[in-house]
Amino acid sequence: MTTFLQATIAGLSLASIYALLALGFVIIYKAMQVVSFAHPAVMLFGAYMVSWFAVDLGMGFILSVVLGAVAAASLGWLSERVTIRPMIGKPLFAIAILTIGLDIVIRTPINNLIGLDIRTVGSPWGFNAWNINGVTVPYRSVAMIATALVITVLLFLFFRYTRVGLAMRATAIDQEVALAQGINVGRIFSLAWMMAGAMAAVAGMFAASDLAGLSQSTYIVGIKALPAIVVGGLDSINGAVIGALVIGLIEAYTATYQSSYAPWLGGNFSQVVPYVVLLAVLLIRPYGLFGSPEIERV
Amino acid sequence: MLELANVEVVYHDVILVLRGVSFKVPDGQIVALLGANGAGKTTVLRAISGLLDVHNGDITKGEITLDGDAIHKSSAASIVGRGVTQVLEGRRVFGEFTVEENLRVGAHTAKGDMSGQMDRVYELFPILAERRKSTAGYLSGGEQQMLAMGRAMMSNPRYLILDEPSLGLAPILVQKIRDLIVDINKQGTSILLVEQNATMALSIAQHGYIMETGKIVMDKPAAELMKDEDVQEFYLGLHAGGEERKSFRDVKHYKRRKRWLS
Ligand SMILES: Nc1ncnc2c1ncn2[C@@H]1O[C@H](COP(=O)(O)OP(=O)(O)O)[C@@H](O)[C@H]1O
Ligand SMILES: [Mg+2]
Repeated sequence: MTTFLQATIAGLSLASIYALLALGFVIIYKAMQVVSFAHPAVMLFGAYMVSWFAVDLGMGFILSVVLGAVAAASLGWLSERVTIRPMIGKPLFAIAILTIGLDIVIRTPINNLIGLDIRTVGSPWGFNAWNINGVTVPYRSVAMIATALVITVLLFLFFRYTRVGLAMRATAIDQEVALAQGINVGRIFSLAWMMAGAMAAVAGMFAASDLAGLSQSTYIVGIKALPAIVVGGLDSINGAVIGALVIGLIEAYTATYQSSYAPWLGGNFSQVVPYVVLLAVLLIRPYGLFGSPEIERV
Repeated sequence: MLELANVEVVYHDVILVLRGVSFKVPDGQIVALLGANGAGKTTVLRAISGLLDVHNGDITKGEITLDGDAIHKSSAASIVGRGVTQVLEGRRVFGEFTVEENLRVGAHTAKGDMSGQMDRVYELFPILAERRKSTAGYLSGGEQQMLAMGRAMMSNPRYLILDEPSLGLAPILVQKIRDLIVDINKQGTSILLVEQNATMALSIAQHGYIMETGKIVMDKPAAELMKDEDVQEFYLGLHAGGEERKSFRDVKHYKRRKRWLS
């Protein structure tokens, strides 16, 4: 039981990161039907900026996270404005390829800056943890789960009750009708990329706040959020959260139990398991567990 | 006054669809724009509302003015902001939203509190007030048309543009929509009404324009159009049967033939 709870906490922590990333993918997708393959790179950039503000400039941690989120939001805004916007109306496939190019353009300089170092992001919790009946509850996990929860709830309230949130949902359903109601759809695109960028920065900061620190391979975390959106359905906000939970928990349980129950799968199988889930979902329900069937896959 | 002067529209840089369309919607009036399928009516409305971009269309000549100011280069959002709102063909309500959420989207450009405007809309369309929490996708066709109109009214427009509001509705509902258009007009909103149901449109309009293959081929006060023989025969008479109408050019040809034969 202790082992199970321990694995669950690890799984929820991973799910928090995946959820913040998946929500960004889905918000962009819903706004303009584009899967941004540049999203993991924006995450890496955001994490690097947090690290730069906190470590290199010595700013407070919270302030650094806020500034890192603003920086990543700005990068998201710029990327959309300069590269994606002029492509509107072009085949979705072409735009998807363009985001892959964007990924390289963003990631290369960041990788150069990171070099071979392992950086920290200046997170204050270190390796402290509570011990509750033998279950270790790291401060980091609590911070991650709480932050992801708060951001998710705020997002739901935003989409449900605010004028702009409603306009974003309207744009996702029918762009022409949204325009006919006077919604500035271009501004909605910008906002989607900015929100996604800010959340990616927070996700990247969390991913880089454990033992492994911030390195070039932190990028992989962003890639692993893709299975979450495929599981949840590209166009479903609820799906993004549930997909993240599914992937995070399965990954953590696999990491905990696989070596004793299925050692023949080899070491580190947990790193592969998100993709196994992804393939299984694609075979059974290609539009995800919560997505709409008519999505064109790119 | 909303005015089009010699407007030419091209889709995909090559397909010339409007060939110099001119007409005007004076303040306070209901103006009908009639014509067969494919004549270019919807294209005219897209040009006015700034929605051609979505369809890869461009205004290549002419101008559209609102009280003398050119608006044909403005964005859709700013055109709505200036008081020109369109109800698109086919209702296009946000099916997964509630009735009330649909109305709230319609109030996007309205600054400040929208409750006054919402009350006004509910007064115009009491059925929407009853259904305010219902999912729009489950409303009947007539209710959806009312919702689409109510949503447009949320921006408190000076000009309301309607693209075939009676399409696919039972006669009793067509009457209902017709009465609502009159009510909206009486409250001070000028109307540009595109219809295939010419009888309905001309019965409430002050002036009518008839379009064919991208051109206005006739324009007269509605009462005169109603009495016009050709219009009667090819837009009013045959319409009841729902048959494919002949084009206005065919009418002249046919009349010539009739004369020649007799
Ligand atoms: N997006 C488009 N691209 C190319 N041609 C179009 C497009 N939309 C409409 N058309 C053409 O323009 C003409 C007029 O269409 P439309 O304005 O919809 O007429 P109406 O509303 O009178 O039925 C038709 O021949 C139609 O095929
Ligand atoms: Mg039409």
